[in-house]
Amino acid sequence: MATTDERLPIVGEGDIVRARQRAREIAKGLGFGLVDQSRIATAVSELTRNVVRYATGGKGDVSIKSLSGSGIEIVVSDHGPGIADVEQALRDGFSSGAGMGMGLPGAKRLMDEMHVDSELGSGTTVTIRKWRR
Amino acid sequence: MARVPVIRLGATLIATVLEDLQDSDALDLQENLSAALERTGAEGVLLDISVVETVDSFLGRLLNDVAAAARLLGAVTVVVGVQPAVAITLVELGLGLSGVHTALTVEKGMALLERLLASARRQGRYGNY
Repeated sequence: MATTDERLPIVGEGDIVRARQRAREIAKGLGFGLVDQSRIATAVSELTRNVVRYATGGKGDVSIKSLSGSGIEIVVSDHGPGIADVEQALRDGFSSGAGMGMGLPGAKRLMDEMHVDSELGSGTTVTIRKWRR
Repeated sequence: MARVPVIRLGATLIATVLEDLQDSDALDLQENLSAALERTGAEGVLLDISVVETVDSFLGRLLNDVAAAARLLGAVTVVVGVQPAVAITLVELGLGLSGVHTALTVEKGMALLERLLASARRQGRYGNY
């Protein structure tokens, strides 16, 4: 199995599609089934859209790597305004319009794990993981 | 970027998504369909998304919006070809596309559209069902 550790820049809307397609390919290569591939690609789509919409200049990056052959980890980071209240942002229906918004709770439901690190004024890093069943 | 061809067949517009849509493509599709409905007076829209592998919350909401706008323009929308993995993902996201009629295939979608339009005509109103 090829080791995968890839970093893709997010600088515009087209990168949302590129990032989710690449995440799907890598998930497929790691043996994830069709539904998990869809969950992973969709979660990546939600998180990268947040970057394009809300981060300063819409810029950030996404890195995708395999976890000891049985999982996938995706890290989406930006240098945007940060999230004041991460717990609130993870609640359904919440959107600040100025930070990671509505996509967060959705992405969380689709993945096995999600961690959000955010600092006001300096940026947000979201790590998501899924394990192969 | 990704063009979505729209063809007219009788009173129905058929739009076929040919590749993964980025947000601006999806918004273009919404505008083009609404303009085409006004121009043609079509009463039905069949939107084929069978090649679409990823429907996230943005596209899911947009599909609902397309159907809502079409209804205001007097047309019924049927979305066809939702892939099984996409269906499961959408439900988990909390988006059941409840505002949209769906069918498994183009053929079944056309049959559903015919039934919906016939029923609307019987009731003397259009696009309200």
